[in-house]
Amino acid sequence: MVTPSLLRRATESLSARVRWHPLEIIFWLVAFGMIWLMPTRHLILTEIAWLGLFALSLDLIVGYAGIISLGHAAFFGVGAYAAALLAKHELINEPVLALLVAGLAAMVVGFVTSFLVLRGSDLTRLMVSLGVALMLRELANQFGWLTGGADGLQGVVMQPILGYFRFDMFGHNGFIYCLIVLFVLFLGARRLANSPFGLSLVAIKNNPLRAAAIGIPVDRRLVEIYSIAAFYAGVAGALLAQTTAFASLDVFSFDRSADLLLVLIIGGTGYLYGGLIGAILFKLMQDYLSVLTPQYWPFWIGALLVAMVLIGRDRITAWNAPLRDIAAKLDWRAGRRAAAAAEDR
Amino acid sequence: MALALETAGLFKQFGGLTATNDVSLTVEAGARHALIGPNGAGKTTLINLLSGVLKPTSGRILLEGTDITGLSQHARVGRGMVRTFQINQLFGDLTPLETLGLAVSERNGHGMDWWRIAGSRQDLIEEISSVLERFHLADVMNERTAILPYGKQRLLEIAVAIACRPRVLLLDEPAAGVPEDERHEILASIAALPQDVTVLLIEHDMDIVFSFAQRISVLVNGALFVEGLPDDVAKDPRVKAVYLGEEAHV
Amino acid sequence: MLTILFDGVAYGMLLFVLACGLSVTLGLMNLINLAHGAFAMAGGYATVVLVNQLGVPFILSLPLAFLIAAAIGLVMERAIYVHVYRKPHLEQVLLTIGLVFMAVAGTDYVMGSTQVFAHTPDALQGQFHFFGVGIGRYRLLIIAVCGLLALGLQYILTYTRFGSRLRAAVDDQRVARGLGINVNGIFALTFAFGSGLAGLGGALGTEILGLDPTFPLKYMIYFLIVVTVGGTSTITGPFLASLLLGIGDVAGKYYVPKLGAFVIYTIMIVVLIWRPNGLFSRASAK
Repeated sequence: MVTPSLLRRATESLSARVRWHPLEIIFWLVAFGMIWLMPTRHLILTEIAWLGLFALSLDLIVGYAGIISLGHAAFFGVGAYAAALLAKHELINEPVLALLVAGLAAMVVGFVTSFLVLRGSDLTRLMVSLGVALMLRELANQFGWLTGGADGLQGVVMQPILGYFRFDMFGHNGFIYCLIVLFVLFLGARRLANSPFGLSLVAIKNNPLRAAAIGIPVDRRLVEIYSIAAFYAGVAGALLAQTTAFASLDVFSFDRSADLLLVLIIGGTGYLYGGLIGAILFKLMQDYLSVLTPQYWPFWIGALLVAMVLIGRDRITAWNAPLRDIAAKLDWRAGRRAAAAAEDR
Repeated sequence: MALALETAGLFKQFGGLTATNDVSLTVEAGARHALIGPNGAGKTTLINLLSGVLKPTSGRILLEGTDITGLSQHARVGRGMVRTFQINQLFGDLTPLETLGLAVSERNGHGMDWWRIAGSRQDLIEEISSVLERFHLADVMNERTAILPYGKQRLLEIAVAIACRPRVLLLDEPAAGVPEDERHEILASIAALPQDVTVLLIEHDMDIVFSFAQRISVLVNGALFVEGLPDDVAKDPRVKAVYLGEEAHV
Repeated sequence: MLTILFDGVAYGMLLFVLACGLSVTLGLMNLINLAHGAFAMAGGYATVVLVNQLGVPFILSLPLAFLIAAAIGLVMERAIYVHVYRKPHLEQVLLTIGLVFMAVAGTDYVMGSTQVFAHTPDALQGQFHFFGVGIGRYRLLIIAVCGLLALGLQYILTYTRFGSRLRAAVDDQRVARGLGINVNGIFALTFAFGSGLAGLGGALGTEILGLDPTFPLKYMIYFLIVVTVGGTSTITGPFLASLLLGIGDVAGKYYVPKLGAFVIYTIMIVVLIWRPNGLFSRASAK
């Protein structure tokens, strides 16, 4: 019947999914190392940090749940304005607390709109997500007395983080703050992705009919992940608002949602690091291109998107196959385990 | 005997077409009940109605005495009504281990770090491993489902349903598309199902039907045509006529 | 109020002509084409150049705009779109967003970023007064042209061979191919025609909507709303949806200016809650 070696193999395979890969550890060591390694570039690194978080939140719904969203900026914007308003009107002075509240506000919006995204076709979902973002933008525009309208919300003054770390002009503390928030939320997302909940999302994306047929409450899961993704996006928006002490209508814009899709696609969906890697690549590209063609760089972004789709995303991600081989060889523990398993057979 | 499954006056209409016509079916607990009928008779529609993929136009469905007509698909699985699909419906990106693990964890009301403390949930690992073993999937347990050969996929199709610990199992042509030499694995696993699981089987292959079924219902044009013991149904001239086409349309 | 209604109908008809190509390509090829507005923009700029710089009469520039946009559409379809028909919707979204960015930036580069208008003839300026209701002449032209187009399209779909082949291909591509219908040819032709219509709509619309390089982005949401609300299985669906949205938008902006822009989004969300696949489509939409 069930041999001990089978049990061991099964246990091993399941726990191998959760284990930290050496490359991951290197990634985060380098990321935190940036605090000391690149002290002059903290401002752009801060942008990469919250953009990475924003892209991570999109990965949760696009890469894991399979929902195409063109309006993810809606939650980003809610978080940004919430954080900015909380600071400006001195409702919550401590940035971390304000961050959490802003994230929750975005989560509520996500929860409410998630029901619209459950039904209908891909196009419907696209439209609804886009429509919500545009509506919020219009709302922010109309309620200019609150949001500052087209000029943006001025006069935001940020208090020190945890009452101690000031937001300085060079963005040092801001960067460390963003990086820590990103890391903590990343850990949460990683836990989630590796849990049965995360697995059920992949199942829903692959085959929603069968998912329901094995007892997965499909709609409920989608609402849950959509709300969580909205929280993450809201926190990212709040980080933007807090580190720049400013919020304007473009936090809701279609451009932002579209750029975000690009960021995620460059890095790859469905493995959590795609958003982070994409954010790094996108910002570097944007930096480079906007120096070359300040006015027309969207043209080249567009060309990149077209090229990526026509060449085939799977063929592009194939370029990192040799990297994955190296990664597998680096994972010396896997080697030992495989040897042990082979002995059992 | 107690009734595991019962339908009362079940109707399903698609516009002008009546796919399910006043079906009142009873399946006893622990039964091995086969549902046969010519193509287009509405067998899969009936399974879709029973499992909740389709909503009936009218009529009721009772599972172990409880009315489940209004329940969603996943809620029915929670009550023990599980089905398989005629065309494999699997999760391409997941491995058999993950697929079965998912079914088992859903049934148990998962925790978020279930995998992490996998070591301490040895009983669940045993359950998954036992299903893997029974359905000859242990050697492919870490392969992506999308690249598995068809026979293995079909085994997984049924294994997943078993992993949900069904009380009533609806099998929609389990041997469909499986070559002769691989059929015995599937049939053996069906035959090995525990007695307390009630099985309703749709099949075209008469050898399988007659070797497996204790009771047969014949569905024609969406309505129950004949029902009874296998021998009686086999000898019934009306059944022969329906299958061999001695009806009016010439 | 009747003027509002009239303006709303004109706006709605314009939206219909602009959006119906999108509806047909979505229904026919299951293709999400967010770059549809770029073809409208092409038609609009074609008219502007033809009329303002080449002295072509306005009325003549309209069919020319149609042809130019259709030609561009045909080339794009054969060269680029054909590669993504079988790909998942996400890929199509990415591709067409990329095309929009390219179109917007490219047009900005070539044409400059200021808003332009075509010189419409004097005969089309001003209003009639009909039983005390002000009827804009230009808008009347729009209604006439678009109305005829709508009738023409419905006629083609329902009464011609091409129409029935098209409907067959929309219904079930595989079976249509099996019947010997040249599905690829129909795709190319339909895409070109839809782009041409968009171009015509763009040409007609410069007067009312204004034309600048950001046109595809600004109006994309409107076309998509028409298609989402109206569904993709019929011509009447988008037609009625356009009217509903056109009248709703104009009336909303007039009567409740603060909330006017929301009317169109609200209608969309309400409809999608009630009928997720659009008002008129069958539930088989993917």
